[in-house]
Amino acid sequence: MFETLSLLQLQQYWWMIISLLASLLVFLFFVQGGQTMIYSLGKNDMEKKMIVNSLGRKWEFTFTTLVTFGGAFFASFPLFYSTSFGGAYWVWMLILFAFIIQAVAYEYRTKPNNFLGAKTYEAFLFINGAVGTILIGVAVGTFFTGSEFSVNKLNLTNIFGSGSTTISAWENPAHGLEAALNIQNLSLGLAVFFLARILGILYLKNDIDDKNISTRAEKHLLYNAVPFLVFFLTFAALLLTKDGFAVIPDTNVDPLLWKVQMEPYKYLHNFLAMPLVLVLFLIGVLGVLWGIIGTLIGKCHKGFWAAGIGTVLTVFALFLLAGFNHTAYYPSTFDLNSSLTIMNSSSSKFTLTVMSYVSLMVPFVLAYIIYAWRAINNKKISSEEMSSESHTY
Amino acid sequence: MGNFDMTLIDWSRGQFALTAMYHWIFVPLTLGLGFIVAIMETIYVKTGDEKWKKITKFWAKLFGINFAIGVATGIILEFEFGTNWSNYSWFVGDIFGAPLAIEGIMAFFLESTFIAIMFFGWNKVSKSFHLTSTWLVAIGANLSALWILVANAWMQDPVGMQFNPDTARNEMVDFWAILFSPTAINKFLHTISSGYVLAAVFVVGIASWFLLKNRDVVFAKKSIVVAAVFGIISSIYLIWTGDESARQVARVQPMKFAAMEALWEGQTNAPLVAIGFLEQPPPPNDNNEYKEKQFAFKIEIPNMLSYMAFLDANAYIPGVKDLVNGYTNPNTGEVTPSYFDKIALGREAITTLKNYKEAVNAGNEADIKRYRAKFEDEQWMAGTFRYFGFGYYDKDNFTGLIPSVPIAFYSFHLMVILGGHFLALFLVMLIFSLNNKLQKMKWLLYIGIWTIPLVYIASQSGWVLAELGRQPWVIQDMMPTLAAVSKLDAISVQITFWLFAATFTALLIAEIKIMTTQIKKGMTGGH
Repeated sequence: MFETLSLLQLQQYWWMIISLLASLLVFLFFVQGGQTMIYSLGKNDMEKKMIVNSLGRKWEFTFTTLVTFGGAFFASFPLFYSTSFGGAYWVWMLILFAFIIQAVAYEYRTKPNNFLGAKTYEAFLFINGAVGTILIGVAVGTFFTGSEFSVNKLNLTNIFGSGSTTISAWENPAHGLEAALNIQNLSLGLAVFFLARILGILYLKNDIDDKNISTRAEKHLLYNAVPFLVFFLTFAALLLTKDGFAVIPDTNVDPLLWKVQMEPYKYLHNFLAMPLVLVLFLIGVLGVLWGIIGTLIGKCHKGFWAAGIGTVLTVFALFLLAGFNHTAYYPSTFDLNSSLTIMNSSSSKFTLTVMSYVSLMVPFVLAYIIYAWRAINNKKISSEEMSSESHTY
Repeated sequence: MGNFDMTLIDWSRGQFALTAMYHWIFVPLTLGLGFIVAIMETIYVKTGDEKWKKITKFWAKLFGINFAIGVATGIILEFEFGTNWSNYSWFVGDIFGAPLAIEGIMAFFLESTFIAIMFFGWNKVSKSFHLTSTWLVAIGANLSALWILVANAWMQDPVGMQFNPDTARNEMVDFWAILFSPTAINKFLHTISSGYVLAAVFVVGIASWFLLKNRDVVFAKKSIVVAAVFGIISSIYLIWTGDESARQVARVQPMKFAAMEALWEGQTNAPLVAIGFLEQPPPPNDNNEYKEKQFAFKIEIPNMLSYMAFLDANAYIPGVKDLVNGYTNPNTGEVTPSYFDKIALGREAITTLKNYKEAVNAGNEADIKRYRAKFEDEQWMAGTFRYFGFGYYDKDNFTGLIPSVPIAFYSFHLMVILGGHFLALFLVMLIFSLNNKLQKMKWLLYIGIWTIPLVYIASQSGWVLAELGRQPWVIQDMMPTLAAVSKLDAISVQITFWLFAATFTALLIAEIKIMTTQIKKGMTGGH
């Protein structure tokens, strides 16, 4: 079935899978956002316990999606893996560190004799929620703003000279941290952070049967919606007005060697050239707004799902904007022609075909996740359940 | 060859070793205890006996504590291939990335979805749905092991790929050859069965403690019976796959094989060292000669090494010196080139790639055709290009091609001796359990408890042998660590090394304290 597709079609298919995983990841950041709201929404031990337990039954989905996102990116676009992870070392290491400390926090927080104390594990959850979301947003911001790196495959043969044998080299000594100084990257990072908090608030309001938490959730929804809109609109305005990294097709040479050059209003052009992507983006943004406003005016009881689906569509559209329509999705400002495109950074046709068959498992995985999710969420979390349940966090 | 930052390479290796070894403290228990818990819950569902439910819940709680830290230490490993070994990620990412992605899609979601049911579903779903979830968590953990071990096996025995000079990387041409390579299958089976043995020792050891304390006696005895039977079956399987592993190593990694037996000079009818101690190495000299360590003491089994490696007591086993200097197999007449010849061939391969890429950049059609023909010549690929990785060495640094013999030797022998001890322990425990005399055998119960640290040592030794024994290769003969590393400052890696060392150590202490506290609460204790 997939054998009949061309290499370019497979590359596009895999970019869509990566985009889908990224968008599901940002949606699942409701766990991270919720983790930063434990003290704002929970004012006593029982309320905090309900919040932690509500999120604790879902944290592994986010974690697993992040790991799968990494694995899928490695399998489909390995040059990104080697260039970005090996280059923007500090950004990725800090993100990973934020997830390492999350993984034990739920299980160990209330266990007796837990060495570090409940407050430390709660701090781990907060750090994960804040650092994880902001830095991933910043890292994705560089998909549009670029980074300082060079790629030279000839380096591999550099055994006689004094140069490095490493193919991908990061040309900024801050190794990725410099991305946080860019206003557009930072706006995206903070927008993701506040969006995660919004989704977390909506999820907790939906999942916990407690009046006090519900009342506080509405208040904090407004507090977080305002900065989210400010940062998201800043990012979107900068994106649509900036120059972008355009790939220049040349049918006479291998796409591996196609050149990259700056194009004014490239991302605006991409939206216009791909109206379906624009529609997905607009529906997504409206979904998020509907989730927020509908909940605030009390007309939407499923605000979490409206905002969640809106998030998936928005992020999916942004990733397509970065990689499709002859655009370099991981641009280099140091050397434009080192920029990564879905054509020059992908796996071989054979591997992409094999992996495409593997991707057929995704609907099956989604189906059993939904089934198990419903089995656990069929009843809202309540203080009675927390007192009677044998296994709680 | 002055363009390699050895400090960076050493710290990058150290960081990977640190994170992998920490991860491997927790994973084997997850692999085995998952099934033990599932078996116990099955007995509960079949018999309806509430005692088995309590036993299941007790061991499941310990499983959960261990699982969390296993997840925490695992995430970093996947990404370290990119962060610290960026050249590797490109050079073989076309092959290596696939199993990692499949692991996520096929295994991690299975585990993470159903572990929530396993822990929170007791009062929410039916008995049979809960039991299915427990089995799916165990299967998910083992499926994840399959894919990461397929990836690891491929590094040790690269198959199913072809080099593409245009992309300057190896590309997958046969997925099934990678998945079903004998090295992959064997590595998977040997590794998971080691996890089962570790989990069985863990259960036997803790239950022994309960018997010594005269607490929860019935629960402890039942646990020991399940674990001992599981342990005996797993141990037999472990020994069988270990034997097969040795043959694989002899075939595809002869240097590792020579190092793990500290065999310097090759011979036919080679004996196996059952127990041995290496003497202190001679002082280093100025001639860059590798340092030999002869035995201070050894007990040998005649012909056994030859037989173990090739199922033929007369088979010739090359020693470290033979592999370095080249040798002719006296039985078959087959000639194996020296490392210096391989270095020359590797340099030819690298230079050919360089010339080809330069010709492409210059648009020189004649040269493109000439060099490209080499990469399409199967004979040249099999006789010259296969030594690509040797080209990064020369006479000044060739000793880097020899792994540490003492580390390989001791880790191998420790693993084997302890493996025998575990099987004996399970057998004796089961016999006394069935005779109902176990509680009187205090000495045996103490051995049961003290075997817990030993099984962790054996488990780590296995990986030390597998990974340090293959040095310097990240991909056997194709890419050494020094050509695989990311371009970073050594100080960056040093900082992250210590960050992870401190964090993982703190989490390990937390895990042990929580685990021991839960154990002391007892099998029938509250939560």
